[in-house]
Amino acid sequence: MSTQQKGLTPGKPPIWNDPHYRALFFQVLLIIGLGVFLVYIVNNTLANMEARGISTGFAFLNERSGFDILQSLVPFSADSTYGKTFIVGLLNTLLITALGIILATILGFIIGVARLSKNWLIAKLATIFIETFRNIPLLIQIFFWYFVVLRAMPSARDSLSIADSFFLNVRGMYIPSPVTGDGFIFTTIAFVIGIIAAFIMRRWARNRQFATGEQFPVFWTALGLIFGLPLLVFVLTGSPLTWDLPVLERFNFAGGTRIIPELLALLIALSIYTAAFIAEIVRSGILAVSHGQTEAALSVGLTPNQNLRLVVIPQAMRVIIPPMTSQYLNLAKNSSLATAIGYPDIVSVFMGTTLNQTGQAVEIIAMTMAVYLTLSLTISVFMNWYNAKMALVER
Amino acid sequence: MYVTDKILPAQPAPSDTKGPVVWLKENLFSSPLNILMTLFAVYLIYLLVPPAIQWAFIDADWFAATRDGCSREGACWAYIANRFGQTIYGFYPEAEQWRVNTAFLMLIVLCIPLFINSFPKKMWLGGFILIIFPFIAFFLIHGGSFGLVEVSTDKWGGLMLTLIISIIGITLALPLGIILALGRRSHMPIVKSVSVLFIEFWRGVPLITVLFMSSVMLPLFMPEGSDFDKLARAMIGIILFQSAYVAEVVRGGLQAIPKGQYEAAVAMGLTYWKSMFLVILPQALKLVIPGLVNTFIALFKDTTLVLIIGLFDLLGVVQNVLGADSKWLGFETEGYVYAAFVFWLFCFGMSRYSMALERKLHTGHKR
Repeated sequence: MSTQQKGLTPGKPPIWNDPHYRALFFQVLLIIGLGVFLVYIVNNTLANMEARGISTGFAFLNERSGFDILQSLVPFSADSTYGKTFIVGLLNTLLITALGIILATILGFIIGVARLSKNWLIAKLATIFIETFRNIPLLIQIFFWYFVVLRAMPSARDSLSIADSFFLNVRGMYIPSPVTGDGFIFTTIAFVIGIIAAFIMRRWARNRQFATGEQFPVFWTALGLIFGLPLLVFVLTGSPLTWDLPVLERFNFAGGTRIIPELLALLIALSIYTAAFIAEIVRSGILAVSHGQTEAALSVGLTPNQNLRLVVIPQAMRVIIPPMTSQYLNLAKNSSLATAIGYPDIVSVFMGTTLNQTGQAVEIIAMTMAVYLTLSLTISVFMNWYNAKMALVER
Repeated sequence: MYVTDKILPAQPAPSDTKGPVVWLKENLFSSPLNILMTLFAVYLIYLLVPPAIQWAFIDADWFAATRDGCSREGACWAYIANRFGQTIYGFYPEAEQWRVNTAFLMLIVLCIPLFINSFPKKMWLGGFILIIFPFIAFFLIHGGSFGLVEVSTDKWGGLMLTLIISIIGITLALPLGIILALGRRSHMPIVKSVSVLFIEFWRGVPLITVLFMSSVMLPLFMPEGSDFDKLARAMIGIILFQSAYVAEVVRGGLQAIPKGQYEAAVAMGLTYWKSMFLVILPQALKLVIPGLVNTFIALFKDTTLVLIIGLFDLLGVVQNVLGADSKWLGFETEGYVYAAFVFWLFCFGMSRYSMALERKLHTGHKR
């Protein structure tokens, strides 16, 4: 104020009123505050751990674990190290997340489209499904599937079966497992070549369409390349694949692959719960494409099918992708509820059993949290990349 | 030339455009595919609904003193009726339960005026509920002074604990979340990056790991010898976790306020805090109330996770207390259905309220 009274040219404000210095001051204050807080916590933690006789460092990862794990994608026994329990738990978490995302997406899209159906009954059923499952805590749903539905399954002797190759009983689900013979590698190679060829073909067809306007049956050719080519190679090499069917022996099944009930319950609950949210996202995405777009597409002579494929879905995807990303992230994080029913995911195995046995809370919790942060970051980076690819290209 | 001098009465619509038969034809049987879908839906309903009604109502037993009184053909609601008090109050002594009732009744009575548009001095009432009331409620429920018997937190449980955790969680997460949201929008690089790191960290990890951390690591962080209540430890974890989600919701509101509002506030000579609290936040918070209700619903559902660290919320009581009672074994289904129904009522009610609020608040920005 005083500077302005002296003349029309504003002078320099006093240093405590200069926004630049004020910002600097507050930030330095924040850093000092945080630093003091951290030092205080670290000191306390070190003192506490010494008092309780907890060792520090990551040496425990190389020690013998001494416990078994219910389900493991890599060979594991009680003689394996604590480090291995981390790997096993991590793989189990990734497995349930991947399966859950696939199932929830499929189910969510079906329910979301059903909710928009012109059929009144179907639309109402979809609404009831959504409103029921997204308003009940996930943990109750997991308990329900695990303790009520799967516990009520018959014993091994009276298993429910489909075509005598899939069996469901109180011990889980038994499915045939593939056994690859000699020469199956050629089919795999053919499959990879098929995918690459399909991509090249799509690019070629697109360039040709831009240049000449002629269309090419991309979809059917791609289907032929990706599935037909491996099938041909498969038959030519003498069908080197057999199925190992589960067979009921005296008390239990032998052969095949067993899906433990914990995995089954968690997968069903996670998929249904997330699908209810995805369905709402899909519905709002489709509704966000104005009807004028469809009318315009039909008036330029596109078939209803082309309209859906070339006009409505690409635009709806833009609205759908960002909230879908956060649902996938939620699913990955919610998979940690596995610990409540004992599915051996990373929280249950590493943060549960390993933590109880070693007592090294700080290292183990930090490692587990790092896993989830990395997982979240990876999914969101991938979806951001996909979103950028799909986003509106403005001139 | 003929000109009519009276208006003819409106004719009823042709019979083939109106009526239940036409409605059925249009909505259920318009095409072969539609007929197929209708049949599928009817079959699905036939498959699910009659057995469910049979189990839950027709064959159900409502009154019985012991498990032998239940026929086992249908649901045994007598089981829930017998243990109803425990699902609401946990292990809270029966003689003292009036204190819990009083506290919740007070909260409801205090909150009613907030929904009456013309009620005067709502700001002060809101402040009273947020700042003074929690202390009154704590003294009532916890006791230990003013001649009330102390009821330690390990006796708290049931729906009461679920409500306490979620209400305290959202009330304390709100101010922290607002500060974080402002920090994330700040021009100071260090303040901004600290806020971003804090928010993204808590949003990136599952609540279970947070609860584990607060129950295992928090005692290590504190100076030696300081003992911490189990519920308080869980609360700290939940509040930090929740504040990150609140911050993102509030940030959405801050971004929706036109830049002109910020510039006008600065041009008026308001300081940063004055411009935020007098101009920006009142508008931004109004915009995000539906979002905050949705966050609260998510928190309300997430409170069930506290059973994993050994607290007895509604689901915890159903799972670990009722489920372990040898006199009433074998009624898990009834327990879960009951807990699911209670949670569903609360969540569905709140989500409807949030939607109504969204419609009501939307008018201000519609042109």
